[in-house]
Amino acid sequence: MALFSIFPRRKTFDHGIYPVEHKELTADKPIRRLPFAPELVIPLEQHKGKPAIPTVRVGQEVVRGEPIAEADGHVSVPMHAPATGVISDIALAPTAAGPKALAIYLKVYQAASQRVLFGLERDLATLSREALVAAVQQAGLVGLGGAAFPSHVKLMPPAGRTIETVLVNGCECEPYLTCDHRIMLEQTESLVRGIELVLRATGAERAIIGVEDNKLDAVEHLRRQLPAHLPITAEAVRTKYPQGAERMLITSLTGREVPIGGLPADVGVAVYNVGTLAQMGELLPKGQGLIERVVTVSGPGVERPGNFMVPVGTPVRFLLEQVGLKDSYGEVILGGPMMGMAVASLDVAVTKAVSGVVVLEREDLDLAERKVYPCIKCGACVEACPISLNPSVLGELAQVREYAAMAEHYHLDQCFECGCCAYVCPSNIPLTQYFRIAKAINREDK
Amino acid sequence: MAKGIEIRTSPHLKKVLTVDQIMRSVVLALLPVSAFAVYQFGLSVLLLLITTTVVAVATEWLFARLSGRGNTVADWSAVITGLLLGLTLPPGFPLWMAAVAAFVGIALGKALFGGLGYNVMNPALVGRAFVQAAFPVAITTWTPAFAPERFSELIPSTLTLPFMQPVPIDDWVAGLGLDAWSGATPLALQKFQQIELPLGEVFSGTIAGSAGETSAILILVCGLWLAWRRMLDWRIPVAVMAGAALTALPFWLLDPALYPSPWFVLCSGGLMLGAWFMASDMVASPVTARGAIIYGLFIGVLTVIIRLFGGLVEGVMYAILLANALGPLISGWTQPRVYGAGSRPKA
Ligand code: SF4
Ligand code: SF4
Repeated sequence: MALFSIFPRRKTFDHGIYPVEHKELTADKPIRRLPFAPELVIPLEQHKGKPAIPTVRVGQEVVRGEPIAEADGHVSVPMHAPATGVISDIALAPTAAGPKALAIYLKVYQAASQRVLFGLERDLATLSREALVAAVQQAGLVGLGGAAFPSHVKLMPPAGRTIETVLVNGCECEPYLTCDHRIMLEQTESLVRGIELVLRATGAERAIIGVEDNKLDAVEHLRRQLPAHLPITAEAVRTKYPQGAERMLITSLTGREVPIGGLPADVGVAVYNVGTLAQMGELLPKGQGLIERVVTVSGPGVERPGNFMVPVGTPVRFLLEQVGLKDSYGEVILGGPMMGMAVASLDVAVTKAVSGVVVLEREDLDLAERKVYPCIKCGACVEACPISLNPSVLGELAQVREYAAMAEHYHLDQCFECGCCAYVCPSNIPLTQYFRIAKAINREDK
Repeated sequence: MAKGIEIRTSPHLKKVLTVDQIMRSVVLALLPVSAFAVYQFGLSVLLLLITTTVVAVATEWLFARLSGRGNTVADWSAVITGLLLGLTLPPGFPLWMAAVAAFVGIALGKALFGGLGYNVMNPALVGRAFVQAAFPVAITTWTPAFAPERFSELIPSTLTLPFMQPVPIDDWVAGLGLDAWSGATPLALQKFQQIELPLGEVFSGTIAGSAGETSAILILVCGLWLAWRRMLDWRIPVAVMAGAALTALPFWLLDPALYPSPWFVLCSGGLMLGAWFMASDMVASPVTARGAIIYGLFIGVLTVIIRLFGGLVEGVMYAILLANALGPLISGWTQPRVYGAGSRPKA
């Protein structure tokens, strides 16, 4: 690879893959609103950390934007009512991950105006850093790129670490997804306000918006819109999966590597998704909470793909009815097709972490359902792994259940299940799934 | 079509490139080389290639059945072994010996280890090494290319009865009426008599040699096509060629009359075929990019050392087999540095 570095080229990281993007299906589809679903299902655990605690009773009427659950401790966020209506139940609901989890059911008043009346306008300029961090938590903000990590936690680096650079993730490297692209084009003002807030809250010196070079229109648009008095720049990075992974973006834009077992703060960086910051810039001045997000609904199994502003808790079934689900559908994926999760039931709700709903057709799946051959040591997986692991050896160890050795000698814990290795493997070995299982078993053995 | 929701694990997308596609492409790339060999040496080579391929596939089928691995013939890897083996044998090699080579290659070189993916060495070379030891005379008996009657009559030794030694073919060769025929390959001529054949002839293949080793240019083109389609790792053949040329260079500069030129080294013998189609065998080469380069260089250097200083005329085969054996070790040494391993937190 070093051979090519003498030629000027876009910033990037080592290894990775180039899957077909399929972004043209929705890239020029502006963000639209859909009617409200008759009933919303709001899981209490939509974020990393502890689930929220409900503060409403069954039968209670709520207005859109009103808090309905509070944060349980520091690594947790509150929930807000995504629509005006009545709490119909607090019970178990299906989730994308599989096991059912506690959720608030909200029957929507279809005749209500659905204006967000609830809020606490305030002058952000006078808030202290601590107050800003608290305000971010109260807004229920989490990483909208898919990680769903509470945003306020990242604003406070561990003792001894300082944030010098805020990286704003506008890569959107997953095939099919274009919601972040649209956000950068359509919600630029909120985005800039969000970045400004994060700069203040972290005390960072500068912010860089990293955008894959398949969205150069967004880069140019941002450069035109960025105010000169703020230390914010927009940079194009190479279109390569998984460019949008936190560690990959840090390397591409700063040239540094997060130490094994460390945090981005260890190299003076905090990374935020563009969608998260656009919501932050929108909600914080008004003192409102996160109740909706932009979702790309796309894939060959969808009649009218597009980008939609979707209330949190909208059942996937309702969303797909609005855009038309083809009979040939096979798999419904929450998130992107590389790292997203296929749902077992269309009753699963859109949560804060869901950036896309991608529907693949049965044909696409049959194509993927190929014969598994033994590893032919072709090295394609080694060339693909962005973490520079050796999936070939890891795969062979997994087959003989040497899970402990995988972690001890081959850095299994560093694998973040990006799917690159399984994507390229000509032997069709389900490497990523092997590693997911191995990690789960190692966790249990601890 | 059955309806209903499907659940798979991520990644939900898969690159459209599978083992059988790769293997089929390699077979496709070997076809022009095989066709040229038949054109050069006639019917005997056609029978030779058919024999090695059929026996290799049959052996693969037999062992897959015995070990309950299912039908592994469909992955095309046995066809590659058969063709490659046939191409490394002398054109007039007795068919029964070729069959032995093919059987041994698949049985000892592959099935014994557990089939495709588990073999340490290239099965074709294992087969060839076996017959080299077992039938030392037959495997060094060369016949001239472009014999006039090559499409109407066989080289006499081709149809030797099983378990019989082939008839000497000197009389037959003499009958062809070629004046300058010495029965030696360009490599041997160079090594023992310091006669370097014109490069053009060596490059385009109008010379004596193993069935498919003789046209360097054709092998190069077919190999490049595979590399361009990403069906082989270009680093390996390039490193083999670089290693060989760089090792040959100083000797040639020292005494051009005694030692072969780097160009001659590259274009003669089995180096091209070995570099592009045998050393690059994915299963038996290292998985890491740096490992592939070290492995390739090793083969190139060793080949030339054997050719120049060993008792053997041709060294490619042993160089590759030795490198195959070292492959896993080289992979081990060249593990990529894991992301974040060298990074320290900044205070
Ligand atoms: S899934 Fe894990 S092992 Fe495979 S490429 Fe991604 S990080 Fe590497
Ligand atoms: S990509 Fe698949 S076949 Fe190739 S080395 Fe990796 S695991 Fe083996």
